[in-house]
Amino acid sequence: MTAPLSDLSFEQALAELETLVEKLESGNVPLEESIALYERGAALKAHCEQKLKAAEEKVAQITQGPDGQATGAAPVEIN
Amino acid sequence: MSDLFDDPEPGSNTPEFTVTELSGQVKRTIEQGYGHVRVRGEVGRVSRPASGHLYFDLKDDRAVLAAVAWKGTASRLRTPPEAGLEVVATGKLTTFAGQSRYQMVVEDIAPAGAGALMAMLERRRKALEAEGLFDRARKQPLPFLPDVIGVVTSPSGAVIRDILHRLRDRFPRKVLIWPVPVQGEACAPAVAAAIRGFNALPEGGAVPRPDVIIVARGGGSVEDLWGFNEEEVVRAAADSRIPLISAVGHETDTTLIDFAADQRAPTPTAAAEMAVPVRLDLLSSLSALEDRRLRAMSRVLEGRGQRLRDLARALPRGEALLAAQSQTLDALAGRLPRALSGLAQRRRLQLTERGAGRLRPDLLANDLKRRGQEVHRLVRRMPAALARPMPERAARLDRASAALDRVVAERQRQGREALAGLDRMLRTLGYEATLARGFAVVRAGDTVVTTQAAAAKEAVLEIEFRDGRLPVRSDGGGGSGTPPPKKPSGGAATDSKPALSKPTGGGQGELF
Repeated sequence: MTAPLSDLSFEQALAELETLVEKLESGNVPLEESIALYERGAALKAHCEQKLKAAEEKVAQITQGPDGQATGAAPVEIN
Repeated sequence: MSDLFDDPEPGSNTPEFTVTELSGQVKRTIEQGYGHVRVRGEVGRVSRPASGHLYFDLKDDRAVLAAVAWKGTASRLRTPPEAGLEVVATGKLTTFAGQSRYQMVVEDIAPAGAGALMAMLERRRKALEAEGLFDRARKQPLPFLPDVIGVVTSPSGAVIRDILHRLRDRFPRKVLIWPVPVQGEACAPAVAAAIRGFNALPEGGAVPRPDVIIVARGGGSVEDLWGFNEEEVVRAAADSRIPLISAVGHETDTTLIDFAADQRAPTPTAAAEMAVPVRLDLLSSLSALEDRRLRAMSRVLEGRGQRLRDLARALPRGEALLAAQSQTLDALAGRLPRALSGLAQRRRLQLTERGAGRLRPDLLANDLKRRGQEVHRLVRRMPAALARPMPERAARLDRASAALDRVVAERQRQGREALAGLDRMLRTLGYEATLARGFAVVRAGDTVVTTQAAAAKEAVLEIEFRDGRLPVRSDGGGGSGTPPPKKPSGGAATDSKPALSKPTGGGQGELF
């Protein structure tokens, strides 16, 4: 409940948001807690949204050294 | 000259060959006769020396044929020979003169029918399965939303394009391609190295470590896909700490990597679908959640607000609650001063009526006087009252007195009995009884005289007989100036205890 947002994966944040909304909808939560849930929900939603917005395609190809290990990644165009 | 023909031996006119010449001729004959052959047999022993050539045996139940695939051919073989595999080898026969051997130089190998290959594949699958490489417990869940997707495949061709397209449709991500040949001899080692290479990438290094790996290849013949059946590929996939999706061939093709992968996708496109969720779906479920969150909160507030308003309505206004009390207070406050003065007045009146008239000194004096007389009267009555026999005390005294009488009588009776007893004892033990038998006790004063010498010294002696004492004068000086009879206190020698003087019975009263 109080895990820092930056530590949460999209999936964890979404799951927490789901349970939080259900709790809020149940209506039997004290007002102060409802407000805390509401605010946490806003933060979770923003976190999820930000993760969804970071949807950028980037394709790179591994470059290998003589030993066959990856030495780097070079952008590559594939259509 | 004739010597030359002297000893002709049969067949001696046959020309001689050197070993090399003969070997060369045999080689030519064999190579011409068997320049292109197809041989069906089971692969026996296989060896791959460092030279890169590939030596193996082809055999059936009665014969063995040595075979070799030269380095260049060996790397191109679609079906690498494997012990136990039934194959059809294509090539030519040749000889190896150095060891007097003939052998087959193999150009191509094909499995002898799909059944043979499948049987071998099944054997290998069972062996790896027995090792636990395909265990359910080894399967890792795929990440819900990977940031980086590693793809092991050929960078050219439809497969990578299909994967990228599908990813773009669903959720564009970072894709790292590890290029590998997807068929031929080089395929398996390269694929295995790629899987291990992705796993070897450090977290947060220059090259991002993938969150999921897709190993993909398009459809092809069993031989085309053979690399993905190789043990090293299967082991690399099973060892991968990064969740791995295999997508090799079409849906109907099954390779051994599929068993070791965490997920098997029927096609490369399906692998992309498994790898990422649909972004738009997520956005819409997120916005649905957002709607619910806002609605739920406003319901919470509305509900609370309504309840508050309801309660507020039910709650009487503060002034209304106080008004009646306040009025009562005012009324009482108004009456208070009047009540106080009224009370004082009333009390004063009472005092005057009942008290003040009677509180005069002469009244007090009279009263005192009357009470004094009463005291005197009582004092006068006191001695008489005291003197009056008090019936209760008298009764108690009577009872005590009677009790005392009883005790005294009892004690007297006991005394008498004791005395009678003692007397009886005295009579038995005392010297008086002796006196009765005619003995007498001689005394001088208080002293019992027992010797003649002692008696001679005394002027007056007293002889006690049974019935009394008789003073006698010894030696003629007899007089009766002896003291009155005394109780024998020291006791005669015969007397064991001091006894009361018997004749003085009245002495008994002294006991009491």
